[in-house]
Amino acid sequence: MTADVALAVADLRTHFFTRAGVVKAVDGVSFTLRGGEVLGLVGESGSGKSITGFSILGLVDDPGRIVGGSIRYRGRELVGLRAAELRAVRGREIAMVFQDPMMTLNPMLAIGRQMDLALAAHGGRPAAARRARSVEILGRLGIPEPARRLAAYPHELSGGMRQRVAIACALLNRPSVIIADEPTTALDVSIQAQILREMTDLVRDTGVAMIWISHDLAVVSSVAQRVAVMYAGRIVEDGPVTAVLRGPRHPYTRGLLDSLPAQGRPGEPLAQIPGTTPSLLTRPAGCPFHPRCGRATEPCRTAEPERRADGEHGFRCHNPLPEAAP
Amino acid sequence: MSRPAPAATRPLVELAGVSKRFATPAPLAARLLAAIGRAGADHALHAVEAVSLTVARGEALGLVGESGCGKSTLGRIAAGIATPSRGRALVDGSPVRAGERKLTTRVQMIFQDPYASLDPRMRVGDALAEGPVAHGLTRAREARAYVAAWLARVGLDPAFADRFPHQFSGGQRQRVAIARALAMRPDILVCDEPVASLDVSIQAQIVNLFLALRRELDLTLLFISHDLGVVRHLCDRVAIMYLGRIVEIGPVAEIYAAPRHPYTRALLASVPRLVIKDGPRAGFQPIRGELPSPFERPPGCPYETRCPLAVARCRAERPALRPIGPVLAACHLAEGGPGGGPAP
Repeated sequence: MTADVALAVADLRTHFFTRAGVVKAVDGVSFTLRGGEVLGLVGESGSGKSITGFSILGLVDDPGRIVGGSIRYRGRELVGLRAAELRAVRGREIAMVFQDPMMTLNPMLAIGRQMDLALAAHGGRPAAARRARSVEILGRLGIPEPARRLAAYPHELSGGMRQRVAIACALLNRPSVIIADEPTTALDVSIQAQILREMTDLVRDTGVAMIWISHDLAVVSSVAQRVAVMYAGRIVEDGPVTAVLRGPRHPYTRGLLDSLPAQGRPGEPLAQIPGTTPSLLTRPAGCPFHPRCGRATEPCRTAEPERRADGEHGFRCHNPLPEAAP
Repeated sequence: MSRPAPAATRPLVELAGVSKRFATPAPLAARLLAAIGRAGADHALHAVEAVSLTVARGEALGLVGESGCGKSTLGRIAAGIATPSRGRALVDGSPVRAGERKLTTRVQMIFQDPYASLDPRMRVGDALAEGPVAHGLTRAREARAYVAAWLARVGLDPAFADRFPHQFSGGQRQRVAIARALAMRPDILVCDEPVASLDVSIQAQIVNLFLALRRELDLTLLFISHDLGVVRHLCDRVAIMYLGRIVEIGPVAEIYAAPRHPYTRALLASVPRLVIKDGPRAGFQPIRGELPSPFERPPGCPYETRCPLAVARCRAERPALRPIGPVLAACHLAEGGPGGGPAP
């Protein structure tokens, strides 16, 4: 492991033990996140992308639990840490931004009070310094008159402002890793564009590493350097954004790209992936994508493909698409 | 107001000077001021302001804008499920609604969340048959076959008629909602963000379904969406709304290629694009600021508070929607000719 690896996830398995059976939401996910890098984690509903993020922060609740694998933060194993040990990491070293900022914000607390609590929980800075830090970070995220805003309650802010405050809370203790779970999905495009701009600037200026979880390939392509595509609990393709999006080797990634309206001619039918994502209770044998795949052959129905790699570009497919012309 | 045009050239959908206000309790301070005879007590939310538009038979009009711009309210007025505070909504020259009563079945609506628009305790077959039987489009004893045909038409197994809404995936549920609307044999579908909550791969399936239905059933669409890509794919014309008003309307190809209104231009620039080249990312210029409150609308151009080009006239005088080249735009600074928007 090289020194600049911020986070190394290996063979992570997070399962949910429900009455209907074991839901293998995350089932063998491996990736590394380097310092100062943005990794886009892409997938559709139920692919396990959010549960991967929750697992890293130890936020998986009953009936779910991490049943295997390892999550190393700067070489230190996080799986199996006691709650108090994990609390010291969470919010200080690794922070999370959720799709709904009200997952972060307490509706009963003025935002300044809440930010102060988050700062006080992780270090003995004097009150004036904590306040200065809160004002600084709110201003950094484009919130006008940040000192006055400290007295505001979440309901007094617009959706875009609330998400900015939630991001500010994540940044308060200068974490080295941020996990952002669809942070702009619920926002209007104009506000999304503002926040994308601010977050890319932040990554550049502070060197924080980020996992950007999203279903939107266009958003990921505009913020991330590397991308990992998830399907049915596993990463099926990963690599540098440009390589993966320009020349996907996995038919699922190709299908996702082709189904974007921007890729089609107006009025013509869009390329579509047939069928629906599989239930994680009854995952198809072999490659989980084979029932929807036009390239499936006999091995796809019986044997799950192992990850193969072409340089930094990895994929799990028995019949990969040909390499893109340079 | 002009007399109805002859049927042959008459637009199928016509909204004439439509406004919608929602009265809300005024804040205490405003009520106190009003009580002592100071300031106005007008505290209505102006969701839609003086919108006029037409949709021709067989045409698809996209209605685009950010949250709170009034696009859904306008759609509900066109569909006859909301009463305009002012103005008229007509289908084929006749009002779609009188007082609290919808007058026509020729326009049907599809919503973003199919789960919320289907009765969870009703089998979908019964939900689909209810309207057509009540309106004599089919007889009760033939309803099963009638429903089966519509389920098949939207790509669902007719045997699904016996299922309940929770037994479907999101994409299937939206197909059920589409089948229920179509079973009323409408000429016009008003679709309010019908693909917004679907996964990308499922979204493509539903967009393709709309394309096929439009062609085969000669449907007229009013397609409300915040997704500019989907609108470009599906619609012939597009109307951009901002703070309850249309700021630009015209053919999709024209507006996407050369937006005349600064808001349209900024909105199009804000859409994330698939970047598959190496080099700098996120190179777009975001729109600054946020949408003003619909209670405190600027007296001049509604976009003036965020517009990088605004001049004194924009603050004082509200621009009217006027022809600029092949489109209509409401901007003092836009000029005719190709790409005749104000210089950025």
